[in-house]
Amino acid sequence: MPEITLAAGGEAPEGIGLFIPAIYDIVWSLIPFALIMILFWKVIIPMFRKIIDERTAAIEGGIAKAESVQAQADAALEQYEAQLAEGRAEAARIREQARAEGTQILNELKEQAAADAARITATAHQQIEAERQAALVSLRSEVGSLAIDLASGVVKESLSDDKRATDLVDRFLADLESSEAAGRGVR
Amino acid sequence: MNLVTNVSVLTAADDDGGFHAPTLAEFFPPAIFFEGTWFEMNRIVLVRMLAVLVMLFLFWLALRRGTRVPGRGQSVAEIAIDFVKTQIGDQVLGLKDSKRFLPLLAGMFFGILAMNITGVIPGLNIAGSSIFIVPATFALAAYIAFVYAGIKQHGGWKYFKNQLFLPGVPWPIYIILTPVELLNIFIVRPISLSLRLLLNMMVGHILLVLCFSATHFFFVTGQDLGLFSLFGAATLIGGIAMTGIELVVAILQAYIFTLLTAVYIQQSVADEH
Repeated sequence: MPEITLAAGGEAPEGIGLFIPAIYDIVWSLIPFALIMILFWKVIIPMFRKIIDERTAAIEGGIAKAESVQAQADAALEQYEAQLAEGRAEAARIREQARAEGTQILNELKEQAAADAARITATAHQQIEAERQAALVSLRSEVGSLAIDLASGVVKESLSDDKRATDLVDRFLADLESSEAAGRGVR
Repeated sequence: MNLVTNVSVLTAADDDGGFHAPTLAEFFPPAIFFEGTWFEMNRIVLVRMLAVLVMLFLFWLALRRGTRVPGRGQSVAEIAIDFVKTQIGDQVLGLKDSKRFLPLLAGMFFGILAMNITGVIPGLNIAGSSIFIVPATFALAAYIAFVYAGIKQHGGWKYFKNQLFLPGVPWPIYIILTPVELLNIFIVRPISLSLRLLLNMMVGHILLVLCFSATHFFFVTGQDLGLFSLFGAATLIGGIAMTGIELVVAILQAYIFTLLTAVYIQQSVADEH
């Protein structure tokens, strides 16, 4: 192939010779081609894929972690809210109970006060009655003696006058004696 | 290395002071090492190997300590591979096949990109992929990949039947359609893949050389040009603009090559296309 020799000599080949490669040109295009393909196939693309896969895994791991943390936070929040509600209910219950107990105590106190008042009133009534009785008794005896004194004063003047007076006095004395005896009997 | 070329261009230009347009000889430089053997190396081979080794080394360097929170280098490498994975693999092939073919697609994209980009790197100044056999190698790989993917998916008979006898077409059409499909899928595809890349790289290089050698001619070597030497400014600006365009083209062609490979694989594995 003379064209090839010419090409190698630094001359331009003519016509179709432009497309007929010299052997060294075939060699020196296959070598870089093979070099490129083998390195891309075995080294560069695997390195690229490894990096991308690792990054994807890291991102996915990060997302999964964030999701789990979020879930935990949600659960904790729910728990706290439940506890809070429970606490509120408990407080309300205690308050209600306290109010009921307070009412009960108040009622008891009122009843007791009413009972005391009734008792005191009854005692006072009894005492008043007793005093009234005592006053009545003493009044009756004093009025009796006063009346007797007055009557004896009035009667004393006309006692000597006539016989009728003498009878009256006798009868009065007899009544007095009998009522005295009755009064003594009562005492 | 480029000094050798530049010096040779300069001396050639100095010889008679005339303007020498670049020729296809640009792409067939003289041998440097191992001349006459199967491992003969010229400037372009050296540039190509350098580009590939640097690219691979940078990826290894960036990804060797893959950390969960990436540093700068790792970020860039990840974004670059992820671009191929999502923009080409996942979108065209779907997640499952994208995973299977990612090493091929990524290797293809970054390999071609590395070899293309040397066309605008000062000091290298030639695309490692501007020799026919280089895009052809990658195109052959794409060809093997999509045929293999189809046969593995459907079995040999059904795959070729699917590709050549499109379902839902009345049978007389097959007389025309089947040869066209045969030609398109199994012959035109790999050739168009390699030629598109090759010609983009060659033309880009020739345009750059044209601009800068014209600038050199107008400003330095041209005799008795008078005001015409001002054209040098235009060619210089043109050359700088072309450098920017070439950078874009280098990326775009790597992308197109890889994208088309993915599309071909997808069409092979698809149940109906």
